[in-house]
Amino acid sequence: MLETALYFIQQLLNGLTIGSTYALIAIGYTMVYGIIGMINFAHGEIYMIGTYISFIAISGLIPLLGIEYLPLILIITLAVSMFISSTYGWAIERIAYRPVRGGNRLIALISAIGMSIFLQNYVRIAQGSRDIAMPSLIQGGWSFGPPEGFQASLSYMQLFIFIATFITMGGLTLFIARSRMGRACRAVSEDMKMAGLLGINTNRIISLTFVIGAALAAVAGLLLGLYYGVTNPYIGFIAGLKAFTAAVLGGIGSIPGAMLGGLLLGVTESMTSAYFSSEYKDVVSFGLLILILLFRPTGLLGKPEVEKI
Amino acid sequence: MLKLQNVHTHYGKIEALKGVSLEVKEGEIVSLIGANGAGKSTLLMTVCGDPRASSGKILFEGNDITQANTPDIMRSGLAIVPEGRRVFAGLTVLENLHMGGFFTNKQEFESTLEHVFKLFPRLRERQSQRSGTMSGGEQQMLAIGRALMTKPRMIFLDEPSLGLAPIIINQIFEIIEQLRDEGMTVFLVEQNANQALRLADRGYVLENGEVVLQDTGDNLLVNEDVRKAYLGG
Repeated sequence: MLETALYFIQQLLNGLTIGSTYALIAIGYTMVYGIIGMINFAHGEIYMIGTYISFIAISGLIPLLGIEYLPLILIITLAVSMFISSTYGWAIERIAYRPVRGGNRLIALISAIGMSIFLQNYVRIAQGSRDIAMPSLIQGGWSFGPPEGFQASLSYMQLFIFIATFITMGGLTLFIARSRMGRACRAVSEDMKMAGLLGINTNRIISLTFVIGAALAAVAGLLLGLYYGVTNPYIGFIAGLKAFTAAVLGGIGSIPGAMLGGLLLGVTESMTSAYFSSEYKDVVSFGLLILILLFRPTGLLGKPEVEKI
Repeated sequence: MLKLQNVHTHYGKIEALKGVSLEVKEGEIVSLIGANGAGKSTLLMTVCGDPRASSGKILFEGNDITQANTPDIMRSGLAIVPEGRRVFAGLTVLENLHMGGFFTNKQEFESTLEHVFKLFPRLRERQSQRSGTMSGGEQQMLAIGRALMTKPRMIFLDEPSLGLAPIIINQIFEIIEQLRDEGMTVFLVEQNANQALRLADRGYVLENGEVVLQDTGDNLLVNEDVRKAYLGG
């Protein structure tokens, strides 16, 4: 009995770990969709680029600077990765989306997919297509349970993922709810034309959402890069699809929805792997996406606003 | 203050404004009346740069704004209360007002906010309510308040009486008069021609994208054609 419970708790912890990183990536999809109504299919590549920048920072920059204090390494890596990834996010919007905005939606979608293919191959040429391994910086953890039976464990790495995700999301939530620019983001996503009529430069708000989304994907890049200890130029595709599923699950356009969707998807996957078969976890994820689209297209938290006319 | 010279506006191939010329002088209330689809809203939006005029010239306080960007135009002392109010429904009343005062500093913001709350005590009571849950009249007050938060010298009002109860309409028109008394220049677009012309110093009649009549408000009120077409005989 205890063993079953511990096993379940272990799966829950694993699911929440992966889920929280899905949520970080999903926020980028949902914010961009909320503001310009398009799916940024190149967003998964930003996450992939984030893992590479983290790897390069940890294995190149940090030894160069001679820093050995772990928290400092992580903070510098995170800052570098968020900054460079944000620049990518900003540039993608300027190059691939802004020129085609206002046209047919399909054009923007094709442009996004083109951008995604370009980035994948650009990294492949620059960094090679083989897996790159990353040193595991955070080792160790706690174990619970009887010494002779099944032991549930929570690694320090997992804890780090929880804490980093929690801080990032808390910060974002505060920014959106309280700050002047956060308010502008909400106003623009509700009625871009009206925001323009109040003198607000809506292009800058759109750029801002791309920058924020990319910065969060970079956080996920560092976290998952350290967690798996490996990256390659193709990981953005599947991670992007998963995060997109999480965003739709939670209700595309809703930031709390993306957080919930990510966690839910992560737990669903780890439970499927544990109690059914790990080969089927993608089937279940994308099956879930299809079911949501069929029966509740607005997702779990995305309710259409009722307005009085 | 505002001058339109032979302005044409197109939506694709459809010509919505066919060479409109008009003028609003500082401190005036000017009303623009006309039937549905005459191009009244298009005219206001063209001045705001969305859509841009395809030809002609628009001068605001002597500056040519014909080809300027909407945000630049709206930061130059002009504000609009658009058709259908367009309050940010998911934002609270105070947040909506914050969006109006986006470019003012804290001191200016506080004093303008106090002014808006004095004009519309209702907004003060409801400041933390989500604006989408308010009544139409309250939303109209908020839309006007939000426009005032930008500290404009001239304000456009697009059908502020639309869909409101007569008692609320009277309130709104009183506020408009009060704004003029404070020195605001007002350009009012209305289907409610009777009230709009009574309030106005001058008026224009727009038909099929052309100005067909212009005179003082009082003269238009007694004009035979206007009476037949817009005032119910």
